[in-house]
Amino acid sequence: MTMQKTAQKKAQITPRADAARAPAGPALEFGDAWTYAPAPEARDHVKLKGRYDLFVDGKWQPTKKYFDTISPSTEEKLAEIAEASPEDVDRAVAAARRAFDRVWSKMKPAERGKYVYRIARRIQEKARELAVVESLDGGKPIKESRDVDVPISAAHFFYYAGWADKLGYAFPGANARPLGVAGQVIPWNFPLLMAAWKIAPALACGNTVVLKPAETTPLTALLLAQICEEVDLPPGVVNIVTGAGATGSALVSHRDVDKVAFTGSTAVGKRIQQALAGTNKRLTLELGGKAANIVFADAALDQAVEGIIAGIFFNQGHVCCAGSRLLVEESVHDLVVKKLKDRMMTLRVGDPLDKNTDVGAINSRMQLDKIAELVKSGEGEGAERFSTPCRLPQKGFWFAPTIFTHVTLSHRIAREEIFGPVLSILTFRTPEEAIEKANNTFYGLSAGIWTDKGAKLFWLANRLKAGVVWGNTYNKFDPTSPFGGYKESGFGREGGRAGLAPYLEIDG
Amino acid sequence: MSAKKKAADAAIVPSNGAAVPGRARVQKAYKIYIGGAFVRSESGRYFQVKDLGGDEPGLVENVALSSRKDGRDAVKAAHAAGAGWAGKTAYNRGQILYRLGEVMEARRAELTSELERSTGRGRDAAREEVLASVDRVISFAGWADKYQSLLASSNPVAGPHFNVSVPEPMGVVAVVAPRRPSLLGLVSAVLPVIVSGNTCVVLASEEDPRTAVTFCECVATSDMPGGVLNLLTGKVSEVAPHLARHMEVQALDLWLDDAELTRELETLAVATVKRVKKRGVAEVDFRDDRLAGLSSLTPFLELKTFWHPMGM
Repeated sequence: MTMQKTAQKKAQITPRADAARAPAGPALEFGDAWTYAPAPEARDHVKLKGRYDLFVDGKWQPTKKYFDTISPSTEEKLAEIAEASPEDVDRAVAAARRAFDRVWSKMKPAERGKYVYRIARRIQEKARELAVVESLDGGKPIKESRDVDVPISAAHFFYYAGWADKLGYAFPGANARPLGVAGQVIPWNFPLLMAAWKIAPALACGNTVVLKPAETTPLTALLLAQICEEVDLPPGVVNIVTGAGATGSALVSHRDVDKVAFTGSTAVGKRIQQALAGTNKRLTLELGGKAANIVFADAALDQAVEGIIAGIFFNQGHVCCAGSRLLVEESVHDLVVKKLKDRMMTLRVGDPLDKNTDVGAINSRMQLDKIAELVKSGEGEGAERFSTPCRLPQKGFWFAPTIFTHVTLSHRIAREEIFGPVLSILTFRTPEEAIEKANNTFYGLSAGIWTDKGAKLFWLANRLKAGVVWGNTYNKFDPTSPFGGYKESGFGREGGRAGLAPYLEIDG
Repeated sequence: MSAKKKAADAAIVPSNGAAVPGRARVQKAYKIYIGGAFVRSESGRYFQVKDLGGDEPGLVENVALSSRKDGRDAVKAAHAAGAGWAGKTAYNRGQILYRLGEVMEARRAELTSELERSTGRGRDAAREEVLASVDRVISFAGWADKYQSLLASSNPVAGPHFNVSVPEPMGVVAVVAPRRPSLLGLVSAVLPVIVSGNTCVVLASEEDPRTAVTFCECVATSDMPGGVLNLLTGKVSEVAPHLARHMEVQALDLWLDDAELTRELETLAVATVKRVKKRGVAEVDFRDDRLAGLSSLTPFLELKTFWHPMGM
């Protein structure tokens, strides 16, 4: 056999490896090909009130102070929102206690379930309104609020509604009782969805709730309060107290709260865990992450690139489980980065209400500043930045999709949660090195693995210290599927049968 | 047991050899157990415990007063043993824990004697506690390959995805063992932690550290790999805070009636978002079989959810 033939045969055996070594070609030129006409979702059917009071004991109750909620994409004022004082929180907890003692814990479980089903149905009926308000108030693309946030919120209520009269089957051999009043504090990245994740299992298990939505995104929780009113949920079963950190603090440290559930940053989660030390309150925390998205040379690379994009640019990267650390096998690094850059050039950044928009507005000026600061540190520490040269709107808060190459584990952008559309890319040579780097973080919420080899996939999935592992996919969510972290990403699970346990006292 | 019969028993088969006329009893040095070895405290310090019952009431013995450094060494050993222990098959872990029960049963006289002299509660009470402890170990051994099927789930997600959740061990758990009952409390605290593949650092009962050390001698001969269970004797309030802030410790299991110390440990646990399970000892009936229930395992398990697309 001639040398030439040998070379040809080798090429046939490992075509993908050869392709991987091929020099990265010139960047794709799109010209005007990706210019789309505006396709805004209509918002004229959405009627926001000028001012929202607190929803306590089944009634809208005014308070002394109000603050504005704005659209982060235009900075326009959307409504005035009540800022609950400690006294307001006290009234809400008292209402929840009364509702628990007198009504909700005594109601037949199947009846309880029917109320939760009603909420699910109303969310579906109002899906369009909720999606528009979510994108207005939070800045996320309408296609995400329409296709992800709102439908999964409805599904979550629908799923847990059916558990209400089946708790005895969930924990056979044990006695399961509700805890009482749950104080719940949720973040601004998935405002309605997080409210659903918190309220649905709590109610199904027979608890009553006081929920505090995030300061920058209170509107959909208030629309959910309207839904609770419309479905005749007994007064006090769900109470919504809007406000900022002080309101949340008053809620979680309230003496008559039996259970605290928090989703948000690890820093705030630690403060809550600290505040609850020495008490008998039950606690679940769903905190930050710095997930590794691991791409092997043998992966279907085009699909992997889609997964990388979904992992970091979904919801502007405001996702606790975002695949913010790309670990790519060294031999395909250049190829993956090229494909990734090409794909990033097609991302449309802009009006969240435009149905073609891929990346919307950063949720707040504060978050934009934080992202900018960390990106600056990435440049300062010597990583190489690439941001898409997209035209950003004049008003509002925006950050172009960004990746960093030449990142090492010690860089801040490889260790700290950026919570924005910023990806840090590192390389590895062996699966062992991939595991070592993936687990080298205080966080442990999620991880992704891209490979065509099943045994390798399971080998890695088994070793990753993360609560959710996506194999050849990323950022998938479902009410039936437990979600939650290892290590400093918090404790407790939301979703699935496991999501009932945090809301029950289980003996046996 | 009548005093007369007890005296007769002691004359024939003294429980610790002290009563044989003309023979000096060989006394045992009570060491701490780290990484599968019985060692002295690196600090060289000791504290004394007195026999309250048995053949030589009033006898005083020295026990290691463990230090912060001993705590670190124990965590290091526990951490090193983690992958191997979690990596064993569940069947194998079950057999090793069952073997621990076998060894304890065979050495029940020794364990009884330890309890008798340390607690002063009499031989019958001591014997009863030992037998209950053996039974508890056997009960937990059976969980090794069963809890997974009860806690795992196949999740029917709304899409073309394979989706399962499986329980996994957390890693290193620091256990403050109940002051009493010193053996039944110890096994009830430790077994639910290690049965699922966690490793642990245990702070023994301050009142009765010797029974805990003798229990470790059973552990050491049970085929349990070194480092899975590490036991320190000494002052809980001195060592526990270091374990509570140690970055390689994933969870705390606090069997404590001291509310102030519990609060301090919970506060220290915050820095690394440790999972904390706490339970006052006074309220617990350790003979209740529910202590070996499924919910005794769950505080030391993480649930991992795995997604994969299904399609061509």
